[in-house]
Amino acid sequence: MDDKVTHQKFEYLLRMGDNALILSQQLSKLCGKGPALEEDMALTNVALDLLGQTRMWFSYAGELEGQGRDEDDIAFLRDAHDFRNCLLLEQPNGNYADTMMRQFFFDTWHYFQLLELAKCGDARIVEVAQKSIKEVTYHLRRSGDLVVRLGDGTAVSHAKTQAAADALWSYTGELFKYDAVDQAMVDAGIAPPADVVRAAFLEHVAEIFAEATLVMPPADAWMQKGGKQGAHSEHLGYILAEMQFLQRAYPGSEW
Amino acid sequence: MNAAAAALDAAQVWAWLGDVPDPEIPVISVVDLGIVRAVEVHGDACVVTITPTYSGCPAMQVIADAVTDALHSHGVQDVKLVNQLSPAWTTDWMSETGKAKLHGYGIAPPQQQVIDISGLRSGLRSGAQGVKRQAMPKLEVVCPNCGSVHTQLTSQFGSTPCKALYKCLDCREPFDYFKCH
Repeated sequence: MDDKVTHQKFEYLLRMGDNALILSQQLSKLCGKGPALEEDMALTNVALDLLGQTRMWFSYAGELEGQGRDEDDIAFLRDAHDFRNCLLLEQPNGNYADTMMRQFFFDTWHYFQLLELAKCGDARIVEVAQKSIKEVTYHLRRSGDLVVRLGDGTAVSHAKTQAAADALWSYTGELFKYDAVDQAMVDAGIAPPADVVRAAFLEHVAEIFAEATLVMPPADAWMQKGGKQGAHSEHLGYILAEMQFLQRAYPGSEW
Repeated sequence: MNAAAAALDAAQVWAWLGDVPDPEIPVISVVDLGIVRAVEVHGDACVVTITPTYSGCPAMQVIADAVTDALHSHGVQDVKLVNQLSPAWTTDWMSETGKAKLHGYGIAPPQQQVIDISGLRSGLRSGAQGVKRQAMPKLEVVCPNCGSVHTQLTSQFGSTPCKALYKCLDCREPFDYFKCH
């Protein structure tokens, strides 16, 4: 494999890992602050799963890069413009409808993405995807359930959930907006074509929204982009300031 | 230390590991849980392959250390641990002994085969079955306290990622359920 493709695969692994890492960090902020004890535990357990998945992506990325960076170096010693997560994941936790809608959109993409990666042409990625998808299946069942419960709940919960869907919708397009890195991974037999995952995403969202009595925003709406290339919203800096504090203040410290 | 004098064999190592408890659920061993996947013996050296239950399981390092310590205590100095991801761990690997021990400890053991990930082989459409709300199987979880099947899910996640919280509608006791995975 030539250097260029190796670098593109490294970037692709960062995107997978950064999505999981940033959402994990966002969910951990809710530890002890969930709206109910059961929700609190669920949020932090999902955060833990995502953190474990992040480690698997980053350790492979670090090996591929060959610069001696391990998963901690990659997580804690990069600045905002080096992060490759989609903008959706760095959006604030907001109210619980916002938190769950962000989760539902991500889980739906994540599930169908992993389903494809689990049979792709890179054995290591297949292993990570097959491990992760069992956890993500459970995440998606749960977030879908909650979207239905909140959407088809009271007038207030319905209004908040619809508002969350409308506000976050423009961040979903980036998940399927392929650039040179994504396309190189399609050509290498690793990434699925964008249309395949997007069609499955739209179908599942439509089904859950119908049951939740929510109006699904149009698929061809204007969409945000930039996160995958490192152009982030103002939120990411604050997230990293908290997440990376220890390594910034006390470089090299270990448990 | 006397064991090292005799030739080391894999069956003996499996037996020793059968006494290494899971750090979160000490009544069940790492062998009963299906975390130990392989044992290879090469002369005095031993290679143990372990696999994580959940990706983020914080107990993995503790388990690796416990396995190493256990073998050291039996005189095996040269222990190597291999962390294997594939095939991914499933509760189907939990031994019947392990399930019985869980039940006795007050944790309802997994009640069915693993979640359906058949879509991995047959494409997206059928893959979506795993997350269809209507397709969710109705689980019959037996209360480990009174044996009633009249139970209800209170929380999809419990004290660890591998468990959910249930309550018994007959004896009214809450209990942990070890999820199928």
